[in-house]
Amino acid sequence: MDLNTRLRQVAVVGAAGKMGSGIALLLALEQGYRAMEHPESTYILNLIDMNDAGLQGLVRYIRDQAAKDGEKQISRLRGLFRDRADLVDNQDMVQEFVFEVLLRLRTGKTLALAQESLLVFEAAFETEEVKLAIYRDLAARCPAETFFLSNTSSIPLQALSEACGIPGRLIGFHFYNPPLVQKLVELIQPRDCAPELARLALDLARLLRKQTVPASDIAGFIGNGHFIRDGLYAIREVERLAPELGFVPALHLVERVSRDFLLRPMGIFQLIDYVGIDVFQLIARVMAAHLGEELHSALIDRYLDQGVKGGQTSGGAPKAGFLKYLKSRPVAIYDPARRDYTELDGPWLQAAEARLGPAPEGQSWKSLHRDPDPGPKLDAWFQAIKEMDTLGADLARRHFRASRAIGLDLVHQGVASGPEDVNAVLKLGFFHLYGPISDYLAEDLR
Amino acid sequence: MKSMSRPVFLAAGAYTVSLGPGRKEFSPRIERPGLEHYIRSAGADTLAQISDPALIDEGVIGNFMAARFNRQGHLGSLMTIVHPSLEYKPALRVEGACASGGLALATGIKSVLSGLADVVLVMGVEVQNTVKSLYCADYLAGAGHYQGERKDGPAFFFPGKFSERAGAYAGKVGPALARSAMAHWYRNAVENARLNPAAQEYHNTVADLLAQGLTPPNPKGFTEHLNLFDCSKVSDGAAAIIVASDTGWRRLGLTRQDVVEVAGFAQLAANLTTPPPDLTELTTCRMAAAQALAMAGIGARDAGVFEVHDCFTISGLLSVEALGLAAPGAGAQLVLDGATGRAGQYPVNTGGGLVGYGHPTGASGVRMAVDLMRQLTGRAGDYQVPLAREHGIMLSMGGNDKTVVSLVLRR
Repeated sequence: MDLNTRLRQVAVVGAAGKMGSGIALLLALEQGYRAMEHPESTYILNLIDMNDAGLQGLVRYIRDQAAKDGEKQISRLRGLFRDRADLVDNQDMVQEFVFEVLLRLRTGKTLALAQESLLVFEAAFETEEVKLAIYRDLAARCPAETFFLSNTSSIPLQALSEACGIPGRLIGFHFYNPPLVQKLVELIQPRDCAPELARLALDLARLLRKQTVPASDIAGFIGNGHFIRDGLYAIREVERLAPELGFVPALHLVERVSRDFLLRPMGIFQLIDYVGIDVFQLIARVMAAHLGEELHSALIDRYLDQGVKGGQTSGGAPKAGFLKYLKSRPVAIYDPARRDYTELDGPWLQAAEARLGPAPEGQSWKSLHRDPDPGPKLDAWFQAIKEMDTLGADLARRHFRASRAIGLDLVHQGVASGPEDVNAVLKLGFFHLYGPISDYLAEDLR
Repeated sequence: MKSMSRPVFLAAGAYTVSLGPGRKEFSPRIERPGLEHYIRSAGADTLAQISDPALIDEGVIGNFMAARFNRQGHLGSLMTIVHPSLEYKPALRVEGACASGGLALATGIKSVLSGLADVVLVMGVEVQNTVKSLYCADYLAGAGHYQGERKDGPAFFFPGKFSERAGAYAGKVGPALARSAMAHWYRNAVENARLNPAAQEYHNTVADLLAQGLTPPNPKGFTEHLNLFDCSKVSDGAAAIIVASDTGWRRLGLTRQDVVEVAGFAQLAANLTTPPPDLTELTTCRMAAAQALAMAGIGARDAGVFEVHDCFTISGLLSVEALGLAAPGAGAQLVLDGATGRAGQYPVNTGGGLVGYGHPTGASGVRMAVDLMRQLTGRAGDYQVPLAREHGIMLSMGGNDKTVVSLVLRR
């Protein structure tokens, strides 16, 4: 069965979540344009979630985003509507397109909605119990030819497909957040993946204008394989520095170094907040269970015990976690001992900054991320860090080496087929300016 | 030949900031003032220059599309918010697409010529940033023939229409010369706008304007022959001026140095449903300017300052030719030579024009008259040019050269 046929009957499970919404939007837009190009076919998108309010929010989100997409694609719409005498203004056509997109959405709480679907995208809660229950239910309901694409970012798929009775019909198709914008899809083929499904996944990625990077079916894959260990490294650094500097200054320094010295788009703790501290814990648990690796953090548990979770509002604004945010900028750091936030202000901050020492001057992630050839500037930047004898430079060298070691480990363990795949995931999925397996500070390796 | 049956003058006059992209205070995300604010503001600044608002006999307001941009019709009645003394007097809104302001002037002039009025408050207003530029393009496309050309036209309709003209002009004079002249037009417009605090490009600090103007057009994203710098932006603004008889301006407490005389004017409409006879010429503009100049008894080169309707840089070049300042096809070189710059022989659009000041469509014609009057009476402030001659000419164009008003003013 070809992709076009399958795309006529699609379901998204967990559609109202952060990732599910984005996946639903991508599919809704694709179906909307297809429906206009192929008026003889019927396209249906089943959006399934336990959260009624979330589903209504999702339809709103799709409506607003479809209008924006139609506006961007107005020339295409003018062509598609050439024979529609009733549609003349741009506005007429954008509204009609939005209607076409919404027309094929069916929302509901039951998996029975997916029973005719030929492609099922799953972006449910990231635990094995939840996913097992969903796939078992779907296996009983869906046609035998249905393919399942899981957005799991950590759970191995071979075991899952076997346990649920859908061997060969499940593949890992891991989008990055937000799916509309992020170009990366991490593609995880379980051992027995049907060749037709593997081909189809590549075609689908191309259709959605995504770039795929293959990862092995090993818990955490490449993206979380790096992220979770990088986050745990940062937490250990905080714990190492805290006795001397105090917890809040220590966390501030590690955050600053990961963002402003390593030139990442956000600091490591802001990234954990962005993902959600709870989600971080779930993923770490899945990985630990499958890999037999110690990936536990008492600090993470402590934050969650105190109800500090991070994550995002439905509008995409950051919720307080390790850091508190004002207009998406960090303004305070959570101190679990005090059970309160400490403002990023005052004498303690000055003292911490003085201990850190300055970053080299002249660059930031912002100044470089649109640079088509940032290589020479990165060379100069890291050369400067090499020559600095400050705490900041020392922390930067340590973090760089740790991140690089994590990346190399992913290659050695066979999670990634080579350094270029690790680097591609970090660059495309995490917007890093350079891959972790690079040489900038590598000669410090001892 | 038609002549002015009695002397008519322009006096007082003001215009608001042209608000829109480019202005520091503009953001699509923050709430902006509506029609009423602009009408009140330009009106009040004008009335402040005359002795007694009660002396105004009539009001005319030019507006193109408030019915769609602001869901507001009936602007003749709305303009009485400027002053209580306007109530229970004649007031009307006139529409001629982007020449609506020019049309308001012509209407005011005719009222004074008729003898029924001695003092007319002429205004123009448009508030366009109520919708995204894509939908703004829909509304502005109403200046073309909706039934005949909208359906098959491009998404950005008027940029598309003038792109066709730019393409034809490039075919006539050579693409490099045409592009270069359009880029020079853009640079001159922004440089002038930097001297005019009300201009939309007043805050522009780009170092190499010429390089921007030379940006190759992107046919896929926009148009084949125009880049974004060739276009006037989406603007909110209003302008106002007094049209008065000889007795009229004297009553207002003004002196002859404060006012300029309308030496000639013309108002023409061409058939909206037919394509332009020659894409490389603004035929209606040429005919309107010729009539106004004939009425004034001068030639274009006898004037010392000019206001033309550069909704796009290409319309600027073609206007220079339509006025007769350059032969057909020679406008590009004239602009390249700097003749239309501040220090040139024919300073054009000294306050920025539509590309630099902005283009609140219904207000543009009135804004042009205010700028010309300021130049001729030495009140243009930082953008004042030394005046070699005593006449000024304006050309206000609606749609694709379909409604045109031309005025010749004398100090």
